[in-house]
Amino acid sequence: MVSNLIDKIEETQLKKNIPEFRIGDTVDVHVKIVEGDKQRVQIFNGTVIARKGKGINESFTVRRIVNNEGVERIFPLHSPSVANVDVKRSGFTRRSKLYFLRKRAGKAVRLREVWTDRKK
Amino acid sequence: MTAMILGKKLGMTRLYNEQGKIEPVTVVLAGPCTIMQIKTMDTDGYMALQLGYEDLKKSRCKKPQTGHAEKSGASVKRFVREVRLDEESQQQPGEEVTVEIFEGINYVDVTGTTKGKGYAGVMKRFGFKGMSASHGTERKHRHPGGIGSNSGSAGTGRGIRKGKKMAGHMGHANHTTRNHKIVAVDKENNLLMLRGAVAGPRNGYLVIRNSKTKV
Repeated sequence: MVSNLIDKIEETQLKKNIPEFRIGDTVDVHVKIVEGDKQRVQIFNGTVIARKGKGINESFTVRRIVNNEGVERIFPLHSPSVANVDVKRSGFTRRSKLYFLRKRAGKAVRLREVWTDRKK
Repeated sequence: MTAMILGKKLGMTRLYNEQGKIEPVTVVLAGPCTIMQIKTMDTDGYMALQLGYEDLKKSRCKKPQTGHAEKSGASVKRFVREVRLDEESQQQPGEEVTVEIFEGINYVDVTGTTKGKGYAGVMKRFGFKGMSASHGTERKHRHPGGIGSNSGSAGTGRGIRKGKKMAGHMGHANHTTRNHKIVAVDKENNLLMLRGAVAGPRNGYLVIRNSKTKV
């Protein structure tokens, strides 16, 4: 009963339609940013290298290369500031965590593309 | 006026605020509490409300408890605590206190009983640094080191000063954490969502009071 109440609270915080994406996908993450009283959307583009956690604690890591420097951002999946996750390409991978990409540079970072129904 | 309620810690979770930022919250099942007794200047020498929380099974009620509860027409409560008041209370015994008393209050202090840690050494209990891992230290790595001398050089005089930090029982003691922001109140389910962690295990009893220093 006790944990039920917490589950209920967490349920109200969950997003109803989570954008569908997988490990290895190249995505555009639309991040809402509040500057003073103005709000705008910033796009963070990169490869999804991890998805961790369950329920309200679920998060995903996006990695991209900026000026030859690897940049990773971790987004809470259910955060209201993550407005949308747009899949640009789907990469083929056999792993659920692509941490090996951190050691790679240049062309070796690329993943084999996979074509699915989701991409028309 | 003191706003106080008794409750139970349910656990922790996270909520998103208006800025989309995560707030770590403790979920507290607070009340409803019953006023068991009203203490007055005339009869008791001080003014207070006695609150009771959570019914006790009938077979576990002791006779004095039953008698005490009968006076206010309440059922026997497991967790009973007093709120000191500055002025005579206008309420009646048997009335209920709910989370609604925290309306207009933003910060609270929470008292609970910490998790028992058993007999703990000085490193765990007081954060001493212990002794060197090497340099000839033998079997004294987690020791406190010197604790004073008999010569009285440090004002200790004969033997060791009282209150010297040593190994001993840790935890299972009252602990108050102050100024928890009230993130949300759920009147329907008697829930309080307080920012940050409070003392004690899940299902541990808590006393929630309006903050002493912050409004």
